[in-house]
Amino acid sequence: MNTILQAINEVQEATLMAGRAFRSAFTKPHYLRETIQQMDTIGVGSLMIIVLTGAFTGSILALQTSNTLKTFGATGVVGQLVMTSLVREMGPVLASLMLTGRVGSSIAAELGSMVVSEQVDAMRALGTDPIKKLVWPRLIALLVMTPALTLLADIVGAIGGWLVATGLMNVSSSVYISSAKNALTYSDIVGGIMKPLVFGFIIAVVSCRAGLRTSGGTVGVGRSTTQAVVLSDILILASDFFLGKLILAFSS
Amino acid sequence: MMKEIHSAIEFQNVTMAYDDRVILDDVSFYVNPGETKIVMGGSGTGKSTILKLVLGLIKPVKGRVLVDGEDVTEYSERQITEVRKKIGMVFQEGALFDSLSVYENVGYRLFEQGLPESEIEDNVRRMLRFVNLEQAIEMMPAELSGGMRRRVGIARALVGSPKLILFDEPTAGLDPITARAILELGVKLRDLEGVSSIFITHRIDDIKMLSSNYATINEKGEVEFKQEAGQLNLINTKFIMLREGKIIFSGTDEQLWTAPDPYIQEFLRES
Repeated sequence: MNTILQAINEVQEATLMAGRAFRSAFTKPHYLRETIQQMDTIGVGSLMIIVLTGAFTGSILALQTSNTLKTFGATGVVGQLVMTSLVREMGPVLASLMLTGRVGSSIAAELGSMVVSEQVDAMRALGTDPIKKLVWPRLIALLVMTPALTLLADIVGAIGGWLVATGLMNVSSSVYISSAKNALTYSDIVGGIMKPLVFGFIIAVVSCRAGLRTSGGTVGVGRSTTQAVVLSDILILASDFFLGKLILAFSS
Repeated sequence: MMKEIHSAIEFQNVTMAYDDRVILDDVSFYVNPGETKIVMGGSGTGKSTILKLVLGLIKPVKGRVLVDGEDVTEYSERQITEVRKKIGMVFQEGALFDSLSVYENVGYRLFEQGLPESEIEDNVRRMLRFVNLEQAIEMMPAELSGGMRRRVGIARALVGSPKLILFDEPTAGLDPITARAILELGVKLRDLEGVSSIFITHRIDDIKMLSSNYATINEKGEVEFKQEAGQLNLINTKFIMLREGKIIFSGTDEQLWTAPDPYIQEFLRES
């Protein structure tokens, strides 16, 4: 019973934090520099890992389906297959999972260390709201950067699929491209942007909250980091299911 | 003794507890303007909790906290931010922002207020001179020694000339020379700037130094430290001792040394 109460309490605290972060956006100072800095570390800093994730996901999708498609003589639709899986599922989910590992963990560790070394208390004592100064820039950076990076992963993935399809499966380039183009529907694209938006929000809120509630010294920082990654990953996968259902319901 | 109309800080029957663990139990005291209140007690007796309550970082379970005559107990985060502008806080390990240079750390408050760069630099240099660390202005906190971090922490707390300064064990774990330099800063602030403060410590050297030394300005305009040595008696330094969340002693240093309580005598002998 106690665990359930704690969980509910945690959800409430996280919601309050997110609410305060959004409200703080309307008052001065705006911490533009911090926000741009976060976008740089989160967005530009994650370029490499996202490009690699996208490229290998796309090529593996083409590779693994080639045998099955060959059986039916349908290698021509490999572009459609790669594109649909990427934009609907693999792109948003894998990009967000990678971001959790790279960005979520560092947010939780950084904020956690600041809490245990009393820097957050010092910040409040000096008249700064840590939610505004620390949480808001990270939240907005993730809300902007997760969809952008997902888009990049999708594009690179499509290229990876093209390389495998044309190089190993003898599918002609124009067939791949036209089948990939025709595969995408309006709802795929909307869903493909909406999902990473939600996932970015999850990473930011879970990681910031995990960092700010850190207690118990350096051991606590490690614990918070683990919690942030595990909880973000689970919530991303769980919400992906429900979002998928929602998008399907709206598109049909 | 006459009580000032406007105490710098006043605690009225404050109780603080986390879940079932009582940290402060019905604690009342006040700090007069210009007075240094030295808070003693073993580890975990709620000394730091007192400072956090003054700053409004945490709220008491019961009782009232007054800062400069204002009851801040029920203040919202936004209201308390205004009160915090009057208070400088020196954290135990300095609590400097790792990602900012010494310059940005000390000038933090002024950067937040959006002051022009030249004005900030003047202020920061003045404060760093006060703590004798002007040469460290470009350094990052990671490059500083423990004692330097504390002194930068003090400089940061002094920006904006707050009339109320809270020291959380600023001398703990430091060599005697650095510790003495920090205590002299405390004495200077008390005697020359009229700052009220709460000074948490459990070092007997601190207690002796703060209760017997005073700062004056000599004919050459330099700061001089003198011993009270019999003919005069410092009245602007008072003591309280905490034990298990309760105040077991409150008074002057003379009363402290002769207090009958065996715990106090043991504390003074041991530390």
